[in-house]
Amino acid sequence: MSEKRLLVSKIKDGTVIDHIDSGRALYVLRILGITGREKFTIAVVMNVNSKRMGKKDIVKLEKMELKKEQVDKIALIAPSATINIVRDYRVVKKYNVEVPPIIEGLIRCINPNCITNQEHEPIRSIFYVKSLRPLILVCKYCGEEIHHEDIINQLIGVKTV
Amino acid sequence: MGSLKNRDIISIKDLEPDEILEVIHETKNMKKNIKGNTKLLEGYILATAFFEPSTRTKLSFQSAMCRLGGSVIDLPPEKASSRAKGENLADTIRMLQCYSDIIVIRHKIEGTAKFASEIADIPIINGGDGTKDHPTQTLIDLYTIYENFGKLTNLTVGVLGDLKYGRAARSFILGISKFSPRELYLISPEQLKVRKDVKEFLERENVRYEELRDFSMVLPRLDILYVTRIQRERFPDPLEYERVRGSYRIVKDSLKEAKDNLIILHPLPRVDEINFSVDKTKYARYFEQAANGVPVRMALLKMILVG
Repeated sequence: MSEKRLLVSKIKDGTVIDHIDSGRALYVLRILGITGREKFTIAVVMNVNSKRMGKKDIVKLEKMELKKEQVDKIALIAPSATINIVRDYRVVKKYNVEVPPIIEGLIRCINPNCITNQEHEPIRSIFYVKSLRPLILVCKYCGEEIHHEDIINQLIGVKTV
Repeated sequence: MGSLKNRDIISIKDLEPDEILEVIHETKNMKKNIKGNTKLLEGYILATAFFEPSTRTKLSFQSAMCRLGGSVIDLPPEKASSRAKGENLADTIRMLQCYSDIIVIRHKIEGTAKFASEIADIPIINGGDGTKDHPTQTLIDLYTIYENFGKLTNLTVGVLGDLKYGRAARSFILGISKFSPRELYLISPEQLKVRKDVKEFLERENVRYEELRDFSMVLPRLDILYVTRIQRERFPDPLEYERVRGSYRIVKDSLKEAKDNLIILHPLPRVDEINFSVDKTKYARYFEQAANGVPVRMALLKMILVG
């Protein structure tokens, strides 16, 4: 990422979420529970040019580091995203998000007739990854498939981890 | 032998072809001497937990257990059991496993048997869950085919009916596909076509299949015609059911072009898709198929409980 070409300056300490599929930066903020009323700086850059992706979004979060569950959720929204941990203006760690092979409890099965949607049963939803691009998950219990748009729609309905 | 010992039977997909053949061979033994194995499961208890109506599956499991010298307990209907007090499925299964050695469960909720198998330490057999799986019905279907043809491979198969909501049809398609059918015809009204995940399974198994609306064109080539009823109770919209009701019906005269050795199977119950006039033709095998429910389930219970 060349900072010279960006409209937003570097952050001192925090996290830069880069290579978000263009148009999904606001979803990322939503699933992280960021409302804009936080005390720290939040920068959102959308639809910038990217060699790898054509267009991409970037989110910068001053003084914030992500928990694993949050990174897993970002992976489900934007599977190409990269996470950069910044300390004193320098990237000290950089990694790609990864869709976990087993996704437990983060999303609901879309089949209303699935055992995981029954009240009063001690059960959490479990999905396996059927395809990464496009992202398709399969319910362990009823075998129903859930596609990327449905996954995103569900996750952005969830306020925070 | 013995590979099914202590196993759960949740979906026909979980069984390898050689395991299915083991069940078939064990069934042959059981059928030869159906009254002669009254000590095999002495002391064992089968619990039947049917949350949906059943005639054949429940009674043939109970009969199979009795024939093998075991005992049967049955979860009473909802109003007469603690479910009426709000007891959930997980706790019901926990109780049943204290009282028995193996549980057969049927439920309209999909994934119930899988969930029960995670709760229970004893084996669980899926007696049907929603529109998804009915593995023991498929074992009966495959045994009946084996009895008639002496093999399961390289047969031309037509499956006619409600391929969308019917769990017996779905399980049968998955099961027969493990044995390289020569041709597989999936025949249904447009609204009841087989679901995408089944087609993907067929593609993975390299099974040649064709989707059709009418069976008459392929009838002369068929070795097996597997017929199912339209699953009225599973339609989300009653109007959708009215649109397809009675859309296929086999009468004696529809079979003029059939091969001599065609067999017609049906998991039963039937509504009006096979006319009574077919019952006495040489093709009808659905009553034999239903009778095979007992020896197949005897074989399965024996293999799971004592190997």
